[in-house]
Amino acid sequence: MNFLAVIGRVVIATLAEIGKLSKFTWAAVTHIVRPPFFLRMLLQQMLRIGYFSLPVVALTAFFTGGALALQIHYGSSEFNSESLVATVVALGITRELGPVLGGLMVAGRVSAAIAAELGTMRVTEQIDALTTLSTNPYKYLVAPRIAAAVITLPLLVFVADIIGIMGGYVVATASLDFNAGVYLKNTINYIQDNGVTSGLIKAAVFGFIIALMGCFHGFNSKGGAQGVGRATTNAVVSASILILAANYVMTSLLFAK
Amino acid sequence: MANKPDPDAKIELRGVHKRFGPKVVLDGIDLTVPKGESLVVIGGSGTGKSVMIKSVLGIVKPEQGEIFVDGQNVLKMDQSDREDTLRKFGMLFQGAALFDSLPVWENVAFGLIQGRRMKRKEAKEIAMDKLSKVGLGADVGELYPAELSGGMQKRVGLARAIAADPEIIFFDEPTTGLDPIMADVINELIVDSVKELGATTLSITHDMASARKIADKIAMIYRGKIIWAGSVEEVDKSGNEYVEQFINGRADGPIQMEVLKP
Repeated sequence: MNFLAVIGRVVIATLAEIGKLSKFTWAAVTHIVRPPFFLRMLLQQMLRIGYFSLPVVALTAFFTGGALALQIHYGSSEFNSESLVATVVALGITRELGPVLGGLMVAGRVSAAIAAELGTMRVTEQIDALTTLSTNPYKYLVAPRIAAAVITLPLLVFVADIIGIMGGYVVATASLDFNAGVYLKNTINYIQDNGVTSGLIKAAVFGFIIALMGCFHGFNSKGGAQGVGRATTNAVVSASILILAANYVMTSLLFAK
Repeated sequence: MANKPDPDAKIELRGVHKRFGPKVVLDGIDLTVPKGESLVVIGGSGTGKSVMIKSVLGIVKPEQGEIFVDGQNVLKMDQSDREDTLRKFGMLFQGAALFDSLPVWENVAFGLIQGRRMKRKEAKEIAMDKLSKVGLGADVGELYPAELSGGMQKRVGLARAIAADPEIIFFDEPTTGLDPIMADVINELIVDSVKELGATTLSITHDMASARKIADKIAMIYRGKIIWAGSVEEVDKSGNEYVEQFINGRADGPIQMEVLKP
């Protein structure tokens, strides 16, 4: 009996959370598209979410591209198909690793920062204060953050694509004795045939997830410092898991044959 | 319940109920704030004071009851009417709730710039004027809230509450956490600024000195209900043992704190 009660409680709590998140998402999205718009906040958030994430994302992409080139070289040299290295690096970076690792790094950086900031604003009544100053907190706080993340994540991932491929190129030409011209030509051929759009679409979705999770957990935090800490952790964990899950779903949809 | 709202009332609450899970916080609040008067609600911690104020502002949604502002039931309004009604309000929060990412003047001007779309330059002039009304100089306007003392933060909070010349001002524990002298400074600033604006005010506090200074009328809340209401003069001879226990600050009486005796 007790066991059933536990299951029931968990199910109800989960459903309640999903309901809360759905309502929050709906409110957030409707406030993004309806005026008034807080342009100043949008630009500020684009700077914080996008521009200041550049170093983290660039370093991640560079080392990932390099490691990828090494691994593919080890694997492909057994079948004498080293010419694949450039192609597979480009494919791996632009389709999967660029968006996913970029998304995860930004999730760690930005979801946490948003959750901590909004969480503190919640527990110090600053969010209530917005309401009393005729400013809708969804419009002023949530909408600019989500819009900024959806706009800047594809740009970040585009940069990550370039730097990731460059990482592979540097490793391939410097330590694996590849011919620079041939490597570049293979890369360009791959990109001309396949493009990078699928990765950028993924990035926009990840941006949405990152900002939404940060805002949602921050907005609903309660109970002082500990509550804000919990909101921050929950934001990063849920954003990361949702990114990985969404990535699988999108890969299966975008590349369905 | 279907009676018309009281025409002399600025704010009227009728049978307002709110619970959080199993915990009943407001258990049928009936309260009237007449136009141009200053009502102070006294009561201990956790008796529902803050939730009552937040219900009027729409930050908390009651399950039952009616709340009228200028004769309009705010619980039945749609989003945009509700936002229009909120323009009549100003509020001073317990912890001042200043936006720490913005300098002081922008905090004061916030409602004007964001809520009313006023030009920044124009709003800054008004903000500086309001800051001087609460005894703060122009140099303070450029500082950030974290650089101010508690008393200064409260004064900035007051300047922000009155910046848009509201018709109704709420004060949530305006003197909590201040030394007695600064508390009295805040009380006087509240009295002066309310008089100047001709505003209707609703305050909640457990500081009796503050209540006596700023109130025209006093009401006492206990366990989510208004158990007594009357003028300031009447509070000392209320004949209500709950009120007497509270204003005299005694541990024994009908109000029992949930404290386990050793």
